[in-house]
Amino acid sequence: MTSPDPAPAVLELRRVTVRHGSVAALSRVSAAFAPGTISCVLGENGSGKSTLVSVLSGLTRPEEGELLLDGRPARFRSPRDARGAGVATVWNDLSVAPLLSVWRNFCLGAEPTAGIGPLRRLDRAAARDVTARELAKVGLRGVDPDQPASTLRPGERQSLAIARALHFGSRALVVDEPVAPRSVAGATQAGQALLAARARGLAVVLVTANPRYAHLVGDRFLLLAGGQVAGDLTREDVDADSLTRLMAGDDELSALTETVRQTHPDR
Amino acid sequence: MVWTLGAPVPEEAPLPSSPPPGPGTAGRLPGSRAAAAPRGPGRRLLDRTLARPSTAAWIGLVAVTVFFGVQAPDLLTAAGAAGVLDTAALLGIGALAVGLLLIAGHIDLSIGMVAVSSALATGLLVGEAGWGIWPALAASLAGALLVGLLNGWLVVRTGLPSFLVTLAAHLVLQGTALALTRAIAGRTVLQGLGDAPGWSSARAAFDSSVQWGDGTFRISIVWWLGLTACAGWALWRTRLGNAVFAIGGARRAARELGVPVQRTTLTLFCGTAAAGWLVGTLGLVRITTADGDPSLMPAIEFLVAAVIGGCLLTGGYGSAVGTAVGALLYGVARFGVTLAGWDPLWFQAFLGVLLLVALLANGIVRTRLRAVPLS
Repeated sequence: MTSPDPAPAVLELRRVTVRHGSVAALSRVSAAFAPGTISCVLGENGSGKSTLVSVLSGLTRPEEGELLLDGRPARFRSPRDARGAGVATVWNDLSVAPLLSVWRNFCLGAEPTAGIGPLRRLDRAAARDVTARELAKVGLRGVDPDQPASTLRPGERQSLAIARALHFGSRALVVDEPVAPRSVAGATQAGQALLAARARGLAVVLVTANPRYAHLVGDRFLLLAGGQVAGDLTREDVDADSLTRLMAGDDELSALTETVRQTHPDR
Repeated sequence: MVWTLGAPVPEEAPLPSSPPPGPGTAGRLPGSRAAAAPRGPGRRLLDRTLARPSTAAWIGLVAVTVFFGVQAPDLLTAAGAAGVLDTAALLGIGALAVGLLLIAGHIDLSIGMVAVSSALATGLLVGEAGWGIWPALAASLAGALLVGLLNGWLVVRTGLPSFLVTLAAHLVLQGTALALTRAIAGRTVLQGLGDAPGWSSARAAFDSSVQWGDGTFRISIVWWLGLTACAGWALWRTRLGNAVFAIGGARRAARELGVPVQRTTLTLFCGTAAAGWLVGTLGLVRITTADGDPSLMPAIEFLVAAVIGGCLLTGGYGSAVGTAVGALLYGVARFGVTLAGWDPLWFQAFLGVLLLVALLANGIVRTRLRAVPLS
């Protein structure tokens, strides 16, 4: 179930079930995400990837099973809680409010404040500073924190979302790959951010439908099908081609998972 | 006169240095925008001005003031200004609350009926039950907040459109308040409340006035401007304000980032209910009468003033100053029609035209916001 990693998992799901109405979006899913590892969650549309993201990020609470943070059961009441605990998410819509300025977007939901009681107000200078600094870290320079987010190019929006997640996510980074098609530069930049986060020792969860990209950056691959874990592989188990084949058909998927089970009985 | 008294004060709150985030489209990004789409400085200034939510309302206010100033010069005296501000104040308090809710992407139609029924409740408690005015006011405020909570709870829990939820609340309140009042007091107009204990202090809070020239300026103006300033500050300078804009403009992003969407929505619905209570109370204390005639307080006018003031019906865009200017415009038009000696019915038609123009202006603004370079 939990793969025997040298480091204990930062985030762990234990037999998590989430239902949307009568349909089980996730059914007894168990997975562990270790620090300094990029774990890729792969699956077709409707396989439960988005639900997994919303469980990890605190937007959805599991109906059964539990979510563990550093080995202790965590109850995130909202994404705010999750971010407070150091689990930050880059959502597939990038969560950018177009009419708000860049710094308001950056701090949205976790704004630095000054003053107390009813006079507690946004610390705008601090917010602008941290925004400019963190954006520069991901290579986005020359952006005025006061300009509205609607003026950002798509790549810059992604930078904003990534910089925000890197700033607030001290333990784990969950990246739901954007639905919108990306330029090569955009994908490259996102990949760099993932590797940087791994180097900093974060548990990185990359949710994607693109096996080639996943194999390029990932260390482990969690395959989802129909809301269940259909495979849990490492880089040594598969190459990019077989990962692609796995994504393509259920038959091959089960056959290979079977093979892997035989070669790795502990899985 | 109207200008010097009404305009600058609310303007002070939201304006300083921080550009409205939404409207910030143009708000202070000459550099960056220039990078995206090079434009001359004049054009940029125009963009910046056009992107302010209250611009259309300011232009309308000037036009209407000039128009009625010519038609009825009395409008520009102290007495005229007092009359305009008095009308604008009551309307502006409601429009402010409705405007904040609009920015968050919701509508409250029940606010007018909350005003009427909280006045009736206060009247019943004072006139029939013999309570002092302050306990009665506290009780009716609690009742109003309960209505607001219920509205908000239904909206966040069921996801029904707030338009329908608050329309239902409006109808329920209207029937219940009037029927109960008639059943208890035998009539729907409760008069002679001026003998209640504590009435003089209540008058000081809700019905004092200063004489300036030949105009009587009432304290409702202070309430209005004070609340507008507070709301403007809260919108641009606090977490709550950030949450309001985000909820209205990008609800999914707000949810994903852990903005307390439900709590903020509940707060705003309580805000409109409290504003309704204040409007009802200001009217009640002034005439020492609680009048259950619902036609006295049509909710739609608050909405009209807020929309004229530049609040987008779809949310995410608007300002507190805008609602104040919208209310002022409304006050000038209403008082101007009376002073010019026209049939008051013309005012309705005028209001309709005004609303249409405001909506069209809003539409233009929205396309401009969309047209801001997306890539």
